[in-house]
Formats: sequence, structure tokens, C-alpha cells
Amino acid sequence: MTPGPQGVAQAVDAALARHRGDAHYILQMLREIQEACDWISPEAIDRLQQALRLPRTKIEGVAGFYAFLYTRPRGQYRILFSDNITDRMLGNLELLDYMCRQLWVERGKTSEDALVSIDTTSCTGMCDQGPALLVNNYAITRVSRQRVDEMCELIRNKVALAAWPREYFRVEDQVRRKDVLLGDDSAPGDALAAAIARGAHGLVEEIKLSNLRGRGGAGFATGLKWEACRNAPGEARYVVCNADEGEPGTFKDRVLLAAHADMVFEGMTLCALAIGAGKGMLYLRGEYRYLLDHLDAVLERRRRAKLLGAGILGLPGFDFDIAIHLGAGAYVCGEESALIESLEGKRGTPRNRPPYPVTQGYLGQPTVVNNVETFAACCLVARRGGAWYAGVGTGASAGTKILSVSGDCARPGLYEYPYGVTVQEVLQACGANETQAVQVSGPSGVCLAAAEFGRRIAFEDIPTAGAFMVFDRSRDMFEVARNFVHFFAHESCGFCTPCRVGTSLLRNLMDKLNNGHGSLYDFVEIKKLNRILQSMSHCGLGHTACNPVLDTIAKFRPAYERRLQHKEFKPAFDLDWALEPARQMTGRDDAGAHFYAGSGEDT
Amino acid sequence: MSASFSIDGKSVAFAEGQTIIQAALAGGVYVPHLCYHPEFKPHGSCKLCTVMVDGRQIASCTTLAREGMVVESDTAALNDERRTLIEMLFVEGNHFCPSCEKSGDCKLQATAYELGMMSAHFDHFFPRRPVDASHPDVLLDFNRCILCSLCVRASRDFDGKNAFALCGRGIHTHLIVNAKSGRLADTDVTLQDKAVQVCPVGVMLRKDKGFAVPIGKRVYDLKPVSAYAEAAAAPQKE
Amino acid sequence: MDTAVKTGTVIRKVRVATTSLAGCFGCHMSFLDIDERLFDLLQLIELDRSPLTDIKEVGQCDIGIIEGGLCNAENVHVLREFRRQCRLLVAIGACAINGGLPAQRNHLSLPLILQEVYHTSVGLADGRIPNDPELPLPLSKVRPLHEVVKVDYFIPGCPPSAEAIWKALNDILAGREPELGHGLIQYD
Repeated sequence: MTPGPQGVAQAVDAALARHRGDAHYILQMLREIQEACDWISPEAIDRLQQALRLPRTKIEGVAGFYAFLYTRPRGQYRILFSDNITDRMLGNLELLDYMCRQLWVERGKTSEDALVSIDTTSCTGMCDQGPALLVNNYAITRVSRQRVDEMCELIRNKVALAAWPREYFRVEDQVRRKDVLLGDDSAPGDALAAAIARGAHGLVEEIKLSNLRGRGGAGFATGLKWEACRNAPGEARYVVCNADEGEPGTFKDRVLLAAHADMVFEGMTLCALAIGAGKGMLYLRGEYRYLLDHLDAVLERRRRAKLLGAGILGLPGFDFDIAIHLGAGAYVCGEESALIESLEGKRGTPRNRPPYPVTQGYLGQPTVVNNVETFAACCLVARRGGAWYAGVGTGASAGTKILSVSGDCARPGLYEYPYGVTVQEVLQACGANETQAVQVSGPSGVCLAAAEFGRRIAFEDIPTAGAFMVFDRSRDMFEVARNFVHFFAHESCGFCTPCRVGTSLLRNLMDKLNNGHGSLYDFVEIKKLNRILQSMSHCGLGHTACNPVLDTIAKFRPAYERRLQHKEFKPAFDLDWALEPARQMTGRDDAGAHFYAGSGEDT
Repeated sequence: MSASFSIDGKSVAFAEGQTIIQAALAGGVYVPHLCYHPEFKPHGSCKLCTVMVDGRQIASCTTLAREGMVVESDTAALNDERRTLIEMLFVEGNHFCPSCEKSGDCKLQATAYELGMMSAHFDHFFPRRPVDASHPDVLLDFNRCILCSLCVRASRDFDGKNAFALCGRGIHTHLIVNAKSGRLADTDVTLQDKAVQVCPVGVMLRKDKGFAVPIGKRVYDLKPVSAYAEAAAAPQKE
Repeated sequence: MDTAVKTGTVIRKVRVATTSLAGCFGCHMSFLDIDERLFDLLQLIELDRSPLTDIKEVGQCDIGIIEGGLCNAENVHVLREFRRQCRLLVAIGACAINGGLPAQRNHLSLPLILQEVYHTSVGLADGRIPNDPELPLPLSKVRPLHEVVKVDYFIPGCPPSAEAIWKALNDILAGREPELGHGLIQYD
């Protein structure tokens, strides 16, 4: 039940107490208040504002930025269907419509009895077991019509989420191929002990020797990053783990955190040793809320085992601890400087760079931000040595890469391969047939056609953050690109003009083509927008927002040409439909009350 | 001996710590801009001031000048892209100059003139943005907001009030005021606030005193925006 | 004003049509303000459909100049007819270019407007919304011309000054992209 005024006050006070009234934790407080109260009411903001002595504009600005925070009532049950292309291919929209009909609620609106709202959200990272949805930010996988029926019954009967069948919330790991990382069976603390034996300096040297590069996509050399951070002047240093795995089609971090959390935390602790950090933060995407209790338990266990806290493994002065921060639905926070802004309790807007986080990161102090997989790999390097690690993979790409495989294949899930594996090998392993295209590294990555399946996953050929979405010949690659363009428009932070407006204009143009109003004119416009997004945008989101369109135009042009049937420019909107309100108001339906297609005015 | 760099073939002196746009404007070289203002921390969001350095496009308001740097700004290619950005701003909001009291003093309009924008080119969004007329002295017309955040910065860093902020995300980003009611009348904003005066477009207008300077005699009626480069580097003269 | 369209060896005048859609004829009035230069212009052009000629149907033309935006179905029909008949289409004035004053209704829903005008307010059409088939139906939103047909050139202003129109027409007749420059380019 949504609490009354007293309940709201209690929830706010509890959130304030949990974070000791530190305004940097405002995003966490808002999230917790919403969990208790179903939304963030003006009264909740009142109380928060008075306690924190913050201007209201600051709190509202933060609350308004994150898709999962609501400053208007959204119901006791807030359903968000994951809307990645892989969910689409599994019929998510049909299920959404079905659920809306069953519960008598319009998509995007809150039901009149304030019980439920149903909408879509960006990829929730369950692509290998979709279609997926979130209910009050808890993931439900493999949604079927039957499960929707059951959920509707539970909602109508107002059954508390905690009492819903546990199997709804089961998320499988689906590890299909293990290599050195996923197959590692060392005990917690092994890597740390090895590192302590080498010393902080020796550890950094090993990491440099390993040629380990960041697994988040950009591929910066980890050893150099750690060294730069250690050498940067500052009062404090921070270790940040980027678990804001928002790139559609990527879900490897989810499994690493679910099944190998010790390795991730141990990697962060290694980094702390290397750079002299006292505090670490793991930024967990809001979609992975269900992992929070598990991760907190692992942290607690590691504290008891002296792997975190004061004097780690008995080493005097090696004091380090880790806190989990939850995101709240903002892809852009995967960009490291936006992530830091979000950690500081701000809107997740990418900073102007330079300065880079290694010199001025969290609270302006030197900060290492690494991906979940990178930290896990550091444990291997610490334990087995940099030279050994450098020998895995290819010359320019050391180690292994975990691929998140989804889409048209028999065995979706995680595949860990040494760098250098070809796309074709992965397709064979996952049981893909009649493959038309593979989207590597998500919408911001690259779309490969069949002729390119001999290419290799490696920094020197196809770098990737891990997504590997397979599309067979039955798929329409224009629809794939359109889904991705919608994603970028939804996730643009709105800071810079080209991305804020450009991604929406691009979305409108792709919809125009989809609605049968396209002509060559629109094609030229799309290319122009692509150019300006690339050259003028503030951050990587804008720079890459056009990639799916550029790639599919280059490689699957017929999918576009089918939609450019008109020789002349056509309006984006349906002219006849533009007369509908007037027809309804006047009751007219005569010839003059319509624009007719094929009346010689349509070419 | 001061350091210098070249912009469009002209040598410009700069002091340590100056950004490209600061030095360029002070040296009389106009670089189009909207969210830049010499008195406030650079924002880098409008992207109008993008210039080409070493084959890369960068925002000149957030990039420090370096000795010997070769900057291109007034090129056909850059001005085409800048014009497209202006067109985007025009279709994103509701910019109806004939009814706007800021016409002639408006930096968005003047920059559009400078870049030769004959139409907004794209399909208009026609967003719904109600006007806030609650305040006794200041009219707030969100239809014209370009999200430059100058009022946000001015209120926070100069007036010490935090009266304004950006809220929402993406194309739904919008300006809010510091009041539970959402009304300007319920904030501590006054006509004298820097935040009210700094608006480059017609979002914040003084009530009861329209058209004190007649159309045709306004700032950008007299000279194009590009003729105010030095003034834009030293705001008190503007 | 250097080039008229040449066909074979005979120089024929450039055929121009003009019309006002959802506009106020202010742009046409401003056009007439080019005063005695009208005589020079008429050496080079001849007028087809225009409020100045009272020709009702547009014929094949070189240039169509349209003032006003698209408020109703008839506006759309006329615009499409102009697009079909004219080699170059020129949108003149704020209404043609961004919807202008009529587009200030776009933040309200059309049913709300019709209700307010014909049901709520007193004195109009005895409380009934006119439904005569002779009347063009209003569009749900007022649109600028370029959102419905391809427009070749734009002359902004509300209205553009006579000087701006003169300069732009000269450019267009000379086959150049019109350029106005400071003082002539105005949106109000």
C-alpha cells in the first residue's frame, strides 16, 4: 500500500539516516523513498530539502533526470517491458498490449485506481531469457501470455511483490563457454595475497605487462590508467566499478556479479592497493536491483574475511571498503564522467573532458573507473602474472572477452573466448542458422553482414563491450536500426543541442520511413543528421547514435529503398488523419472532408 | 611576451588559462555562441562555438588555448553545421519572433541572421509550454528556452539563489524554478537578479515596460552579432 | 535583373504565380512596396494566378510565391496545385515558413478551440460548429509549407521588407540562392 503522510516522513527519515544526511547520496535516497512510497511526492521532497538544506531545484532536477524515478503517481505496480530489439523479436509489444487490455490501462498512463502503470524501458539486460520486464524495478524473465495472466491476477488482488512466486524472478546465468576467467576457481583472497606479496608497485607493473585493456569498449590500457591515477596529485583516491551495463544486448556484468562477485570486488581491492584508494564504489544499473542484497552479502562476507575494511589481510594501512550505488534508468551514466556525476548525486550529464577522471574524478579527486570484467581480469593477472595473461589472446588484444549472445540462435548466453575468435566461430557455437547480420557491441557498435563473419573479436579488428546480437534472414534490418534510434533518442541526456534535438529528429525520420511517407529527400536528411551527430555531439552517445543507421544503410540498403517509394517529398504526418478531429467535431464525412490517397496527389 | 595562436589565419594573443573563445573574442574574432558568457563557468552545451583544431571539432568555450594552435572557425563547413544547430533550436521550441519583445536584442535570432538561416528547415515540434505570468515583475515564457543554462549558472554562482535548474532528460529537458508550486511568484527572484538579465533569448522579460527601445534601434538591429566580438568578451559593454 | 528564361531564341518572360494561404496578405502588400521597381520587374515577369490578377487557377509557372501557412484542407489543395505547376516554390513570410500567428493555436487541441469559439463563447453560429461541405475543414495543427511539400526558397519576415523581397527575387531570377544579409534578414 502506498503510505500516507506519516509513512512518507518515515521513509524520508530512514533514507536520510541510512546515508547519514550526506547530500552526495541524494540519488540513493530518492530511490529508497520511491521503493517505500511508490513515488516521490512533493511532500517527500519538502522533507528531504529541509533536512539536506538543498535548493528544491537541485532535488527536482536529479529526480527528473532518471527514468525510474517518478515525481507523479505511477501506481503500486510499475511495469516496464524491456524494449530491446531482442525483446521485440520475442513479442514483447504484443504482451504489453495484452497486459494493458487485461488491466484496463493505457500504455504510459497510470490506471484510474492508481494501482498499476505499464510502459516500455530500454534493454534490461535479460536478452538471453526474454522477453523481460521489470515490476517495481525487479526483473521478471521469459514473460509469456500465461505469466501475464498470472501477474494480472496478482495485481488485481493487490498481492505484495514479496509474495509473488519466486520463480518469476529467477535469472539464469547461462554460461555456455568458459575460458580462463569464467573458469577460474581460485578462492577469495588468493589474488590479493599474490598482489600484496608483489607490492603496489609490482602489481601495477604486472598489470602493465599483461597488456590488459578496458573491457567497457574503449579499450584504454588498464595499467597505464592505474599508474596515472596513482601519480596524480590529490587528497584521496577512489576506485569505481562501472556496472551500469546499459548497452542493449549486453548482460555479461550481470552474470559476473551474480556468480563471480568476489572476483569483481577483489579486482577493485587490487586497484585500491595499486593506487592507494580508501574507498570504492560499484555503480550498479537500476535494472539489476535484484542483485543488491546478494552483493551486499558478499561485501559483508569479505569484510569478515578481512578482505575489506581496515588492514586488509593484515597489511597495516591497507584500508579499503566498497559501497554499492544503484542507478535509476539512465544509459548515459555508463559514460564514465556521467557516472561520476551520478555518484555525486547529480544529473548524469557527461563532463567536459579533459580533465579526465584519473586526475579529477569523484569529488574532483583522482579516480580509476573500470568495467566489471576488467576488474575481474585483474585478479587473473595478479595471481598468474602479467606475462602469462599477455600470452592469451592475440598480440594486440591480451586475454579473453566475454560475449553476451542473444537473438536468433539456439543457445543464447555467455561465451568466453580468447581474443581473436571469429564471428563465424561464435555463430557456430551458439547454434545460429541463416544468419543475416550480427550487431556487435550493441547499438553504438558495429553491424556486420554475412561477408564479414570471418572478422575477429579483438581491439585490432572488432572491439566490443560484449554484446553479440544475432539476426537471421527473416529479420528486417531497418526495424533493427529504428529500434536502436529510438533507444538513443530516449537515452539522450539532453545536455547538448545536436544530440538532444538530433536524436529526436532522426527518430522521427526513421518513423516517417516506417510509416510509408519516405522519399529520397528524407534519406538525404538522415545522412545530414548522422554527420552532425558525429561531429558536434558532446559525448559518445551522440557520436555513435547514428552508427546503426549508417551501418544498415551501407550494408542492407534494400531495407531502406523499400521504404523510399515516393518520388517526391511527402509530409511526415498523415494528411487525412490531420482532418479527423475536425470531422469528428462537425460530423462531416463528405469528399471534401478527406484527403484521398491515389487522388492524383500521391506519387 | 604573451603566447598566441592562429584562428582563421589571424594571430590572437592569449593568457595562460584562457579558452579559445575567450581569446578569440577579446582579439576581435567573432565565434558564434549562445551558452557561453564570460562571467560564468563555461557549459559547452549549445555547441555553436565548435571550431576545428588538428582535424577535430571541439567546443572552443571549454578548450584551453595553446601556443601555436591552428584554429579554423569561419569556414563554410562549420557554419553549415552551426546553422543546422540553430535550426534545431528553432524547431525544438516555439520561436515566434513577431510577437517577442526580445526581437532585435535576441542572441538566438541574431546568430540565426548571422548564419543566414532563411527557415528552420526541419519539421517543427510545436511543444506545449505554458507561460508563467505569476511574478509581479518578470514574465517567464518557456516557449523560447534554448536550455543554455545561463540563468541556472547566474542564479547559483552570482545571485546565490539557485532559483533555476534544468529538469527532465533528452528532448524533455526543461527549465524549472525553485518553488513547490512551480511558479516564479513563489521564488525569491527579483527583476535585479543577474539570472533574469542574462537570458540571451526572450524567456525572461520585464513586465510593464515593453518596447522601451523601438524595433529597428535594438542591439542587433544596429550591428550584426559578429560586430560585437569584443563586447562579448567583456560583458559590461554589451 | 539580368536573366529571363530563354526558350530558343525568343526571350520569354518568367511566369510567376502568387497566393496567400493562412496569411494576412501583408507579404503581398510589402511586395507592392517595391514601388516603381514594379515596372522593372514587369519587364521580366508576367503574373499568372495572383491576388493581383484575379486568375483563379494556377497554370504552368516558373516561380510560385506563397504567403501564409496551412490552416485547412483548402490551403493544402492550393499548395499542392502550386507545387505541381511551379518549377520553383518560394515560401514568403513567417506564416509560410513557421506557421506564424495562426500556428499560435498549435498548443491547444482543435476540438477545444472549436468548442470555445462555437459552443462556449456567445454570438457565433447559434452554438453549432459550421458543417457546410463548402467550408474547408481545419487541420489539427497549423503547418508551415515545407512540412507538406518541398519548398525551394524561403524569404523570412513578418512581412519581409520590400528591400528584402526585391533582393531575394533578384537572386532567384538570376538563378542564385537568395541571400539577404544584415538589415534585410528579419524574422519579425
